[in-house]
Amino acid sequence: MSGARNLSNALRRARVPRPRIILRPTLLQSPAATAVRTFSGSSTVRADKQIKYTSDAYPNVKRDPNFGELTADDVAFFKELLGSQSAVVDGVTTDATDDLEPFNSDWMRKYRGHTRLVLKPQSTEEVSKVLAYCNERKLAVVPQGGNTGLVGGSVPVFDEIVINTSRMNQIRSFDEASGVLVADAGVILEVADQYLAERNHLFPLDLGAKGSCHIGGNVATNAGGLRLLRYGSLHGNVLGLEAVLPDGTIVDALSTLRKNNTGYDLKQLFIGAEGTIGLITKVAIICPPRAKAVNVAYFGLESFEQVQRAYREAKGQLSEILSAFELMDGRSQRLVHESTGSKQPLEGEYPFYCLIETSGSNAEHDMEKLESFLENVMGEGIVADGVLAQDETQFQALWRWREGITEALSHLGGTYKYDVSIPLPELYQLVEDCKQRLTEKGLVGDDDSFPVRAVVGYGHMGDSNLHLNVSVRQYNKEVEKAIEPWVYEWIQKRQGSISAEHGLGIAKREFIGYSQNDTMVKLMKQLKALYDPNGIMNPYKYI
Amino acid sequence: MASGLRILVPIKRVIDYAVKPRVNKAQTGVETVGFKHSLNPFDELSIEEAVRLRERKGPLKVENILALSAGGPKTPDVLRTAMAMGADRAFHIDIPEAGDGGPEQLTIAKMLKGVVEKENINLVLLGKQAIDGDQGQTGQMLAGLLGWPQATQASKVEVKDEAGTVEITHEVDGGVETLRAKLPMIITTDLRLNQPRYASLPNIMKAKKKSLEKKTLADFGVEDTRRLKTIKVTEPPARQGGGKVEDVDGLVSKLKELGAL
Repeated sequence: MSGARNLSNALRRARVPRPRIILRPTLLQSPAATAVRTFSGSSTVRADKQIKYTSDAYPNVKRDPNFGELTADDVAFFKELLGSQSAVVDGVTTDATDDLEPFNSDWMRKYRGHTRLVLKPQSTEEVSKVLAYCNERKLAVVPQGGNTGLVGGSVPVFDEIVINTSRMNQIRSFDEASGVLVADAGVILEVADQYLAERNHLFPLDLGAKGSCHIGGNVATNAGGLRLLRYGSLHGNVLGLEAVLPDGTIVDALSTLRKNNTGYDLKQLFIGAEGTIGLITKVAIICPPRAKAVNVAYFGLESFEQVQRAYREAKGQLSEILSAFELMDGRSQRLVHESTGSKQPLEGEYPFYCLIETSGSNAEHDMEKLESFLENVMGEGIVADGVLAQDETQFQALWRWREGITEALSHLGGTYKYDVSIPLPELYQLVEDCKQRLTEKGLVGDDDSFPVRAVVGYGHMGDSNLHLNVSVRQYNKEVEKAIEPWVYEWIQKRQGSISAEHGLGIAKREFIGYSQNDTMVKLMKQLKALYDPNGIMNPYKYI
Repeated sequence: MASGLRILVPIKRVIDYAVKPRVNKAQTGVETVGFKHSLNPFDELSIEEAVRLRERKGPLKVENILALSAGGPKTPDVLRTAMAMGADRAFHIDIPEAGDGGPEQLTIAKMLKGVVEKENINLVLLGKQAIDGDQGQTGQMLAGLLGWPQATQASKVEVKDEAGTVEITHEVDGGVETLRAKLPMIITTDLRLNQPRYASLPNIMKAKKKSLEKKTLADFGVEDTRRLKTIKVTEPPARQGGGKVEDVDGLVSKLKELGAL
């Protein structure tokens, strides 16, 4: 049997141009190095250019003079504490510039820090001792997982010590009856999901960077992803966690209970805190059973009004089996086509495309529902054309048209990314307005004299979450000024959120006021001061 | 004789190739219940090629594309897929699902011979093998039974003239071989032949209205007799996993431990 299955694997390779994750930073140890290869292959403009230091890009941000300076004694202490040679990347007493580079910069090549020390503790106790020492010496730290963030939250700005979770990568327990998984922060999302797949369960979070990102980082940034529509946010799915406060206190809130009304729900503070009040070391998360029947359909639509109608129909008719409703505009799909060379699933070109996924327990039941839905949206003329995946190959190939956008854009140059929540009726208007604004300023064009290549929009329609991406030939202050703070003001007017799922990091730190009022910001600052009085946890970011 | 192409595309519903098959407890075959099934990938290629022969508008018009599959009550699923891709009509040869791999290839080939004769077929496009049984012999047996020329593992199919001359390219060790034959003939398909299309929604709808006839082996004068007996099915021995070392020192000591240094 294996012979032809191998051949059919070859077939898959022929049809899906790349395995899903190969061009993302797959190795934890060298995320940026992989990204560099990616860029040098396709983008001659920026291939040899160094990434700009974040401290140069943000001249207003000054190194906090209260923080201690790393000494050889500190390094010796950490080496002694962590034992193994591979647990410390030492740029203080040796020249380790190349080894430090992947930890200093992000995969988008947008942020770059000056760290001279990376620590990779293996246990909660080690993290506790490291943080207690750093707190004592007032040494600033940056918690780092897979370093796949989009807002510069996981890379240092100045000489903060990077505490990388990659060596805390054990799955601790899984209970088949309740579906609760307990795992270390450094477990890679895809590894966790594969582990669960073998046990017929599913990690309730899925996103494009799953091959690299760590679940600790996912929780720390409250990542949303592709199936939030169905399974809800991490604030609901994370039942418990273990974290270490800056003074070394281990917060054991690793409850596996669904219900626990005893006092403040403190674990929620760490979810989405981006490592500013503590470092998450373990996570307990409730996982739903893996759907036995999954179907994927891909549509072309003539207008955003039709997209909204299709979404309403999908909710009404597919209701409990609907697991994703994703929106991609025509330009984004064209860029994926340009970058991958794959043949587009539909014959004609449409201004909007949607990807619908259903997951259920009974294939016949699901198919019946899906078919009547498809008949309806085709018959009513809501959907202009579409395809339905007939097998696993097509299923994955169709998903690539949505998941591959980020990667396609990164091949073509830099990207200004805005991840926003806006009330559904105006969701796409932002892309139109932004495009018009940049065109009027003469920044958008087809040849290299224009800084902006394209303004595209895509996102999680089901969560009113749009990704506005401005694909540029190189990062450029003029473009940035044209977009910011205009885009934030636009969102504020509509009571939207300037960061739906990517977080604040350094990129959106100063714009929090557009989505949170003064009282809220004040309360947040009080919390930060309470748990991290020396401010050593992920400084210069968040609030 | 060849006024137009009347193509027969026999197809098979198999466990989706992305699913890892599991041997059943009785060790008589693989578990099929509850696993995702789809059209055998090689058969997808033969349907696609039949539809492309029509779209190419070559010297011979395609009169009719008949998709056919033998199997249990779910078989119509793949026949509908075939019709959504462009087949005109379909035969479902009803065979009760038994979990024993179904009828033998010779039985299928004899049945296909019956279909070819009754339906006046002049070109049979088959996948070179089904990924469940990996037998890869139905096409050849059919050619033998009919006494027709056969071209296996085609990577290119071209109808040259109105007289029904067909040129087929297939890959051989160290190069490609080009064969020429006259209709009627048998062609089996290989991976490089084409890239199957997606079934579009309008075509899926249309496929529901196309004719799907239910038949039995007896309609073609064939009986499901078996010559082979499956004694035992087992999984290949599990591969020993690799190990991870922390650093260079770890690697060196591991290599020493294994006696490689």
